[in-house]
Amino acid sequence: MLKYETIAELVSEAEKRNIKISELVLEDQAKSMEKEPSKLLDKMATDFDIMVESVNEGSKKNQRSMSGLTGGEGFLMNEYVQRTGGGLSGELMTKAMGRALSVAGCNASMGKIVATPTAGSCGILPGCLVTLYEDRGYDKKDVIMSLFTAGAFGMVIANRASIAGANGGCQAECGSAAAMAAAALVELMGGTPAQCADACAMAISSQMGLVCDPVAGLVEIPCIKRNVSGLMIAFSSADMALAGIKAKIPVDECLDAMKEVGDAMVPALKETAVGGLAGTPTGKKLKEKVFGSNK
Amino acid sequence: MNVFDIIGPVMIGPSSSHTAGAVRLGRVVNKLIDDRQLKKVEIVLSGSFARTYKGHGTDRALLAGIMGYKSYSPEIRDALTIADEKGIDYSFIKEDLKGAHPNTAKIHYYLTDGTEGVMQGASIGGGNILVNQINGMSVEFNGDNNTLLVMHEDKPGVIAGVTNLMHWEHADLNISNFHLSRQEKGGDAIMTIEIDNQPPETLVDDIRQIEHVTNAILIRRI
Repeated sequence: MLKYETIAELVSEAEKRNIKISELVLEDQAKSMEKEPSKLLDKMATDFDIMVESVNEGSKKNQRSMSGLTGGEGFLMNEYVQRTGGGLSGELMTKAMGRALSVAGCNASMGKIVATPTAGSCGILPGCLVTLYEDRGYDKKDVIMSLFTAGAFGMVIANRASIAGANGGCQAECGSAAAMAAAALVELMGGTPAQCADACAMAISSQMGLVCDPVAGLVEIPCIKRNVSGLMIAFSSADMALAGIKAKIPVDECLDAMKEVGDAMVPALKETAVGGLAGTPTGKKLKEKVFGSNK
Repeated sequence: MNVFDIIGPVMIGPSSSHTAGAVRLGRVVNKLIDDRQLKKVEIVLSGSFARTYKGHGTDRALLAGIMGYKSYSPEIRDALTIADEKGIDYSFIKEDLKGAHPNTAKIHYYLTDGTEGVMQGASIGGGNILVNQINGMSVEFNGDNNTLLVMHEDKPGVIAGVTNLMHWEHADLNISNFHLSRQEKGGDAIMTIEIDNQPPETLVDDIRQIEHVTNAILIRRI
């Protein structure tokens, strides 16, 4: 049985047996959950289908959040991609951004999503993986398998650092999601287990210290857009790793640093809606607009 | 923890604590009501629930759970309308409950058969819940396990009666957590018994036959 306490364990086990991390994790999880691997694959396939649905649901023109503070971001991005043929960052990336915005918007409007690892960061993995499936023609089965790699990296992050904004700031939510997605992207692209770990380390390093400062305490501002920045970091970290660029700080040490930084963060910056953007004059005004001025 | 705790759960947004956890709290009440008919609910929202419930849809989520919907049911968004259609009279009251967890709801329910009850619980993060009070007595369970609530008179031997019955009639049942609370010495008391495995349907009826037991409810995993 795997312990999921270090990413080094996942890499060395996979290398030793010359298999992908996802294959190792599927086998291990089936054993520990006392289920057939095919059952786990079915469940993951359902989760992936829901991700695709939430992309579609959130990209509608009339998508509005419950509070009315946000809405229609996915639609605007998709329209921009169509109009400009891929804007500044190119078609693949801008479409991926549109998907991340759509899923995060779907969440804000009480739509159905898969928390990966959390509701606040639910747009990053679908943004990355639905893009490789729909725009790059990757086999659905491989995409679904890559979610086991993402999940395994997430388990180590949860065990070693945190995946909750209230404990570790946004680095724990969007940061973790980007790191998980980076590893999954590398595996899908044919990278080695060690490259998955490098991509994860670079993604964690890139979001080290990011605070959780939701305006009015709602999972909208800046959460929806941070799903896009997380997605961009996932892609760039994966590309760096696949190019052969190595993480200088080993991934497990990056996670320990992330925990230390999260612990050192003051409570005002950990999902309490007091500091950061939540505490700006406009942030406070938006809060009053939604909830009134008495509280 | 397994891989589906990270890739999942599938839920209706926007917040695991303020939406998904709220549905689960509502579902505890749904289990308490069982198949009886709900007439009216008064829902007290405390702390962060009171301040942000509108933006997180906490009101809809609680009501949806009470009506039996799950944290991934798309009906959550329309829960207020559905409750109206079902003729359920509902109200939300903002009140800070002293000493309660920041995300606490206290749900007072009234049934068409004239009975009523109160449940108080908190959403403690990541969709997890902790039930604190049922009908004014303190309990402690999270809904992850099958939970047996035994209401009884505070008399010697009642606990032994229940656990002996479980052991001798259903030898494979293993208790993972036990909590007892009473209003006063010799008064009403409640046992909270969490069980690892799946208790048989007959267990509750058998326990109800035990002397000094006034009622027993099995809340299967929420």
